[in-house]
Amino acid sequence: MTDMKRSSMLGLLVLVIRRDLVLAMRRRADVLTTLIFFVMVVSLFPLGVGPEMSMLRKMAAGVLWVAALLSSMLSLGRLFSADYLDGTLEQMMLAPQSLSMLVLGKMVAHWMVSGLPLVLMAPVLGLQFDMPAQALGVLILGLLLGTPVLSMVGAIGAALTLGLRGGGVLLSLLVLPLCIPVLIFGTGAVEAVSTGLSAASHLSLLGALLVLALVFTPWVTAQALRISME
Amino acid sequence: MAINWFKYSAPTTFYGLAGKLIPWFAIPAAVLFAVGLYIGFAVAPVDAQQGEFYRIIFIHVPSSILSMFLYLIMAGYAALGLIFNTRLSAMMATAIAPTGALFAFISLWTGALWGKPMWGAWWVWDARLTSELILLFLYLGFIALHASIDDPRRADRASALLAIVGSVNVPIIYFSVKWWNTLHQGSTIKFTGTSMHVAMQQAMFIMLAACWLYAIAVVLARVRSIILERERNTVWINELPEAKQ
Repeated sequence: MTDMKRSSMLGLLVLVIRRDLVLAMRRRADVLTTLIFFVMVVSLFPLGVGPEMSMLRKMAAGVLWVAALLSSMLSLGRLFSADYLDGTLEQMMLAPQSLSMLVLGKMVAHWMVSGLPLVLMAPVLGLQFDMPAQALGVLILGLLLGTPVLSMVGAIGAALTLGLRGGGVLLSLLVLPLCIPVLIFGTGAVEAVSTGLSAASHLSLLGALLVLALVFTPWVTAQALRISME
Repeated sequence: MAINWFKYSAPTTFYGLAGKLIPWFAIPAAVLFAVGLYIGFAVAPVDAQQGEFYRIIFIHVPSSILSMFLYLIMAGYAALGLIFNTRLSAMMATAIAPTGALFAFISLWTGALWGKPMWGAWWVWDARLTSELILLFLYLGFIALHASIDDPRRADRASALLAIVGSVNVPIIYFSVKWWNTLHQGSTIKFTGTSMHVAMQQAMFIMLAACWLYAIAVVLARVRSIILERERNTVWINELPEAKQ
């Protein structure tokens, strides 16, 4: 019985992820817009601060992380809004399966669509900023650990601002302060490596944040959805 | 006779109680502000290292302490409101937010005024300053979320959840001093004796008490306004003497 239940939970997770990925692939423009925004924001910095390589090298990690933070905010609005507008979300909440699990599936799909492309694009942008290979590796590892946290914490904000006018700006206002620890540890890891120290402590803290977020945010987001859908 | 512990958890009864309590907090707050500022600015000696500049701490430290505590209290009320579904708790959380934001702002502002002569810069990206700024953002996010939801019930519950999530950040603020190696000086007041002059200590604690009393008085006054606004269609509000005028 419990075995069947577990397999059905996992099955549900896979089902939700697959469904959201299919939906995202049908509207590829949305995915690409986020990625282009990320590339564009990063490319604006050298134009703003000047082309000196020594300065750009120092700034690279911070610029990439801030750009990742901003572009993940952009796509968060879409996390629940389409399902909310066509009534799917209501059906999901009525479903006998755990809402937290459904939410987790949506978070994972959201990360695969909006977080993972940024991680894959980051090395190219890092090279534009002349980052050394080792720092680049740590940056990617940090982004890999950190961007899921952004999707998961952001989901809380997306659920709370569901259907509100001016939801997009409000969402950033709510979520960005909560994401600051991720930013600090993500850039801290790169800085540690560039100064010859080990990045392990920063990466461990990022991993801890990821585990914490994985445990708590699906449930909190589910509660937020219930509040918003009452 | 059994005591009804929950008598004042109803807006109807709390409205009157808050009205009676306000002078008991407001008047001592005014007196203590006067006394604390007098001791702080006239009696307390000049600091050996920081000269006259240190006197801003009599405003800076109490407002920093209050900005952090008020966030926790706000989150506590928010949690009560979510768990027990009491309307008054949510109203209290809403009433605390602007005062907390005000104290966070004063703390940053006075910190900048102190930083200019002491560190040579209005703003330094040190962990404590940054955390205080994040705290201000959290207050503003709470206020903004509450303000942008029209249905008061959903507004209360949504912002309550946000406050609880945000309160995870308050311990980080507190421990940031230990985590990062920073410019900000460590605490001077410790449980094992302090390195401060007695008059400085007196001024600090009197100002802290004054800020607490002020915060309580203002929150009570604000919660009365919120009750009036929310319950304006009820019979008891329309029977109040101030409504009949």
